[in-house]
Order: sequence, then structure tokens, then C-alpha cells
Amino acid sequence: MSGLLALPIALPIGAAAVSIVVGRWRAAQRVIGVVTLVALVADAAVLLARADSDGAVVGQAGGWEAPFGITLVADRLSAVLLLASLATLLAVLVYAIGQGGVERNHVGFHPVYLTLTAGVSAAFLTGDLFNMFVSFEVMLTSSYVLLTLGGRRDQVRTGMTYVVISLVASVLFLTALGLIYSSAGTVNLADLATRFTQLPVGERQALALLVLVVFGIKAAVFPLFFWLPDSYPTAPTAVTAVFAGLLTKVGVYAIIRTQTVLLPPGDRPQVLLLSVAAATMLIGVLGAIAQNDIKRILSFHIVSQIGYMVMGLGFFTVAGLGGAVFFVVHQIITKTTLFLAGGLVEHRTGTGNLDRLGGLVRTAPAAAVLFLVPALSLAGIPPFSGFIGKFALIDAGLDDGWWGVVAVSLLASLLTLFSMTKIWAGAFWGEAEPVGPGHRLPGLMVGATAALTALGLAVAIFAGPLYALSERAADDMLQGTVYVQAVLGR
Amino acid sequence: MTRSPIMDTIADLVFHSAIVLSLYFLFAGHNQPGGGFVGGLVAAAAVVVYYVAGGMDEVRDLSRFRPWTILGGGLVLASLAALVPLVAGDALLQSDYVEGDLPVLGHVKLTSTLLFDSGVYAVVVGLVLMVFEGLGDEPEAEDHT
Repeated sequence: MSGLLALPIALPIGAAAVSIVVGRWRAAQRVIGVVTLVALVADAAVLLARADSDGAVVGQAGGWEAPFGITLVADRLSAVLLLASLATLLAVLVYAIGQGGVERNHVGFHPVYLTLTAGVSAAFLTGDLFNMFVSFEVMLTSSYVLLTLGGRRDQVRTGMTYVVISLVASVLFLTALGLIYSSAGTVNLADLATRFTQLPVGERQALALLVLVVFGIKAAVFPLFFWLPDSYPTAPTAVTAVFAGLLTKVGVYAIIRTQTVLLPPGDRPQVLLLSVAAATMLIGVLGAIAQNDIKRILSFHIVSQIGYMVMGLGFFTVAGLGGAVFFVVHQIITKTTLFLAGGLVEHRTGTGNLDRLGGLVRTAPAAAVLFLVPALSLAGIPPFSGFIGKFALIDAGLDDGWWGVVAVSLLASLLTLFSMTKIWAGAFWGEAEPVGPGHRLPGLMVGATAALTALGLAVAIFAGPLYALSERAADDMLQGTVYVQAVLGR
Repeated sequence: MTRSPIMDTIADLVFHSAIVLSLYFLFAGHNQPGGGFVGGLVAAAAVVVYYVAGGMDEVRDLSRFRPWTILGGGLVLASLAALVPLVAGDALLQSDYVEGDLPVLGHVKLTSTLLFDSGVYAVVVGLVLMVFEGLGDEPEAEDHT
């Protein structure tokens, strides 16, 4: 039981170590990276099956009982997000190997990528707030390295912004942890759930709000998103893709987890979350419309889509939260695919600037198809997964009569479609521009993008079972007791 | 660079004593103040003394292993110590110990955590050596503009 839980954290760290030692042999590094991630995807699939059939899988690292030891928990929410993330990490690694570039030029790419994997897995699996801090740090430290691989001037400049804002968030996180520990006497999430109910209302709301700000920075919600569209586009494509798909979503996961576990139903900051969600959706998409570079447009869309997830959480109903979980899974896959497809365009033509692109439908038809499918999905066109996610969220909102935020989400969706049309018209249609110092597209890059596109389509095809699973996950979280019982056994 | 005989002599003295102290911390760490991380830091400080005395070349001569090999090897050791209990059916990172009476040393208690700590020790030393590789070398000629 415990082995399944421990592997996603310990195995990539071990693999990273071996990858450092064999640094001189690129082929060995590649084999280690791919084999590790394949094993982890299988592990996560088994975890999800177990968590769904027998309830949350719980383990204690070091053998010390909760709430004293390091608790690892895979309930339905963690397991489904873990599986989606690891599958995405695998596809992006294959893509990076196909592309060469940073993967070939830097000995450090594979070890750091595996460490990032360990950090992401640990963030999903940890059952205690302090270890969540540790896993965020592991994840962020790896991301600092990945973001500035190559050491170009603009990378270092935007990397500085990213490092500073992340450190500020980390200090706030540590402060929040200290305050929580001094008032509740524990940092184990399940234990906190029971102890928090005994605190004065004002105190627990203040603490939960502080935690919300911390994860709000990581998840890039309005008004804490400003760092994201600036720093992400400068990184190498594969790195941007994996950041776009995963890092902000880990922040969203942390928001969902803490806001449902820490606060009893009456105290939850519903209006605040919904207002933040509405502003995030709208400001993000408006920012995207103003941009003229594929990666920058897509980076603003990351922010915009985060708004939908927060909206689903803000309803605090099984339908809303279920929709949010489904939407996170959809976003992890779709967003990454879009960045990979954008990377194909850049690799083929040497630029991502829409003014200098055109006619790719004829010159690079594979990239065109692989961009179109996730783009339509992102905009919420049926029958793709984005439509199902948005439909579920809007339906949940209308059930409770939140007309305003639902209207904003529909408007944002329309503007998303407009912005996707802009990329489509600028890059794929129109006169074929003279192609710059481009390259032919390697089969591995196209293959990895195609596989991820197929996974996105699978989310739409199996939307029924997946949505049912999301609703069960939401039900667990809203009841609260399920999680506590699984960890503490009472 | 010009070298000072006084500094060289002191560096030799300090280096060896500091390494012995760092090993003491490593072994004492399980139940007393110390541990792999602290031990590694002290060992790294010892390396700094050599760097001050003789520059980067002196540091490179200390070990025939490259810094990343030391760091990677340490990480391999630490993750093995974390993963092996899983094979035995225990929890991740679970530790075990043996006690016994050895000649010379007397009563000794050995824990499996020592393996993990040794890994951490190597990681810290390797990391510091890598920092020296990256930042501590003489500036390249092209920088003199």
C-alpha cells in the first residue's frame, strides 16, 4: 500500500541522482527519464483505481503515525490530478527529447526535470501543510533552473521576477504555517480540519485567507497573476508547456484542498472567491487579446482559465466542485498540448510572432491539426473536453443562481474563441510567409503532441465516467469527514 | 596568485581537523546535535580554507571525483536509504538499527539513517564544490574589458 504512495516522490529523486552520475551519456539519461515516468504513470493509475474503489490510500513515511509523522494521502482528487500530471510530464519529456535544444545542450535538464516531477507528485500526495511547503519549494527550485536554462539575457531578467515573486510567496507561506501551528498546534491537514473548528471564527478565517493569498500567487489568480505572462514565454518550449500545464494547477489544487479542509461550510469565502474568479477570467482573456505572439497569448490564457477553476470551487456545491476537478484535468492536458503545438510552429518557422507567420495549413499541416483540436477545446466548442467542463461549471452556477459570474464566464469564453481565431488566422491561414531558419519537424515532437491531443480527446470521450469520478471526489471534499477518517482513522 | 606560507601551513592544519570534526558530526547526528547536513557544511567550510589559501586549482586537487559525481552519488545513497525499506515491506524512510560490542570502539549502535545522512553529507559537499566550479574560478580573459 505504502509503496504505491511513496514511489511517485522517491523514485524520481533516485532517478535524478542516477541521471546526474551518468550525465556524460545522454542516451542513458533519456532512458532513465522515460522509464521512470512510464513507471510512475502506471503507479498513479493503480493508485487512482484503488482510491476510487476502496477509498483514500493512506501511508505514513518513516512509520510514524499521523498526526506526528509524514502523512501521504491519495484520495480521488489527488490521484486523478497526479495521473493527469504524470502523463503530461511523460509526453513533454518525449517532446523535449525530440526537439533536442535544451535537452541536448544541458547536462542538468534531465535531473532537474525529474526533481520537478518529484515536487509535483509530493504536492498532490502530501497530507500535511508543512510538507506541502517543502514540495512547493522542490518544485519551484527546479522551475528556477528550468526557466533560465540557456541563460539568455531576457530569460535571466524575467527569471528574476519569477524568483522574487516565488520567494515572497514562500515567505508568506512559512509565516502562515507558523501562525497556523501556533494557533492550532498541528500542521497535519486532517488534524487541522478538526482543530480549526475549535478556533474563534475570525482567527480561522484570517488564517484561511492568508493561505488563500499564498496559493493565489502560485495559481496566478487576479490580482496576483502579473508575474506569469512575463516569465513563462521566455523559457524553452517544453519547459513553458510543462509549467503552463502543471505549476499553476498545483496551486489550484492547494487552494481547493485547503479551503475545503480548513473551513467548515458556513465560513467559506464564497463571494470573495467568485469575484476573484470573475476578474481572473476577464482580465486574463483581455490580456491575451492584446498580445501578438503565440506563447504570450497562450500564457495569458493560463490565467484566464484558472478563473473557471476558482469559480467552480467558489460555488462550494458537489456540481461546482466536480466541474472544477474535471476542468483542472482538462486544462492540464489541453493547455500543455497547445503550448507543444505552438512550439511545433516555432520550431518549423523560427518565430512565434503572428505578423511573420502565415499559411502554415499548407506548409505544416500536422502542426495545424494539432493546434486546432486543443484550441477549440480551450474555447469550449463541443464536442471537446473544454465544452463539457465549462457546461458543467455553468450549469452548477445557474443551479444556485450566480448569474453574474456565469455571464462573465460566458463572455470570457467568447473572447477566448476570438483570441484562438486570431492565432489561427495569423499563423495557419493566409499567404504563406517565407519560412525563416526553420527545421523539419522531428517525429518524436509531432508524436508526443499527437499523443497528448489524443489524451485530450479521450477526456471528452470518457467524460461520463470521468465526470462521475470528479463528482465523487467533490463529494468527499465537501463532506470533509471522509478525508479525516481516512487519515486519522476516526 | 601569490601564496602565503603562513596561510598554507594553517590551511593544512585546519583542513584536516575540520574534516575530522565534520565526520564526528555525521556519526553523532542521530541522537545528538549534528547530522549529515551540518557535517557536510563543516566539511565544505574546510574546503573554503583551501580555496582561500590556494585558489580553485587547490580545490580541484582535493578529490579525483568531479563535484557532480559526488553530489549525484550522495543523492543515490540517500534515495536508496529511503527506498530500500519499501522493498522490505516497511514504510518509506523507515529506519532500523543494530547494536553490538566492537573491539576498540566499545558499545556501538548503528542506524540505517546513517546511510541517509552520509548521502546528505556527500550532497552538501558536492554542492559546495559545484558552487566553487561555477563562481570561484579566475575570471576569463574576455571579461577584462
